[in-house]
Amino acid sequence: MMRINADTGLCVGSGQCVLTEPAVFDQADDGIVALLTDHPDDQSAAQARHAVTLCPSRALSILQE
Amino acid sequence: MTKSVAGELASLELPVERGCPFAPPAAYERLREQAPISKVRLTSGGKAWWVSGHDEARTVLADGRFSSDKRKDGFPLFTLDAATLQQLRSQPPLMLGMDGAEHSAARRPVIGEFTVKRLAALRPRIQDIVDHFIDDMLAADQRPVDLVQALSLPVPSLVICELLGVPYPDHDFFQSRTTMMVRRTSLEDRRRAFADLRAYIDDLVTRKESEPGDDLFGRQIARQRQQGTLDHAGLVSLAFLLLTAGHETTANMISLGVVGLLSHPEQLALVKADPGKTPMAVEELLRYFTIADGVTSRLATEDVEIGGVSIKAGEGVIVSGLSANWDPAAFKDPAELDVERGARHHLAFGFGPHQCLGQNLARLELQIVFDTLFRRIPTLHLAAPAEDLPFKTDAVIYGVHELPVTW
Ligand code: SF4
Repeated sequence: MMRINADTGLCVGSGQCVLTEPAVFDQADDGIVALLTDHPDDQSAAQARHAVTLCPSRALSILQE
Repeated sequence: MTKSVAGELASLELPVERGCPFAPPAAYERLREQAPISKVRLTSGGKAWWVSGHDEARTVLADGRFSSDKRKDGFPLFTLDAATLQQLRSQPPLMLGMDGAEHSAARRPVIGEFTVKRLAALRPRIQDIVDHFIDDMLAADQRPVDLVQALSLPVPSLVICELLGVPYPDHDFFQSRTTMMVRRTSLEDRRRAFADLRAYIDDLVTRKESEPGDDLFGRQIARQRQQGTLDHAGLVSLAFLLLTAGHETTANMISLGVVGLLSHPEQLALVKADPGKTPMAVEELLRYFTIADGVTSRLATEDVEIGGVSIKAGEGVIVSGLSANWDPAAFKDPAELDVERGARHHLAFGFGPHQCLGQNLARLELQIVFDTLFRRIPTLHLAAPAEDLPFKTDAVIYGVHELPVTW
């Protein structure tokens, strides 16, 4: 199963991930990414992968498939 | 496989004006075909690397070994004269010009103001603002109407004023100054506009420091007070950046988006038939026009190897977002305006840690404007041939000066 990691130290709060897959990504009040789950289900996996490529600060990564 | 860099220096003198208003300068394509990273000559003298491949552009912009500090020696500035450089060096840097830890320290406190959730809460208010200006347009007894004055400029202007807590009666003043500042012509005018605006903002921040109020600046001031870090100069820089960046850019995208859609009726029909497609259309329009080209320049602080090219410390790098957004390797048939393309990976807002802070506010405004405008005035059309419009070939931010429309 896919596992996602979000590096809050790198995140610049662009919200690209939230716009792409709100079932997996959220932003805390301070704008920094917060994962709603680190194991996206099959329905969300493709969009979550897309979010990883869109993240401008390379804060998101896929740890395992 | 990456094409190797051309041995000879490409003879592109920068900046280049767009020939066709709906396409990048022809020279861009030639350069990209030659190599995704090549060397060019600057009009200001000197040379720089020209990055025109999409993949290479993202790699450079995400790499911390490239500096954004325009004050550094060797930074590839399009126009370079001693006075401009001196002015640049005498001002505290904007967030745009900071690197690494200094940049995140400046950006972090503000990003909470621009979360997707917080912006969504602004939707009804932005809708009201858009409806208000469209009401006025419909009530005008003369046609054609200039959409730039009637809608494109006042909408983002009012939105940013409200968000930042700038008294709206002042908006005419900063609107005129910011327009002047991004023009390529008359250095004197630009310098005066810059100084006027700086003085106005300094005064605004001083007023807010005694009466903060519940707006973006008010909250920043309260927060800095609490931490005992109240930084007047920093607040002025931030205010300056948010006011100028958040308003002229969106205004130009509104105008160009309308021109783009009206000139491609089959694409507009798709959007009209299904407003669910508007967000995708917005991304495609952002890609297609890429209004802020070349503002994402960098300076290598170390030797860096990218795409088979070795860039040495101290060399300037100009990342052309426009060229990258027309790279056929990333966008099939880039010259086609295709609202169903799915163009989210465009670089119109830049990439890397400096990627536009206000991008989601811009997205929201563009979506609401296009949806509302074509719903409320379905017969809207250009009152002049698109090719004859006065395009801003003389400005750093691309757009149209005037946009006569009728219905
Ligand atoms: S896309 Fe990346 S930088 Fe933007 S909020 Fe998400 S994790 Fe942060």
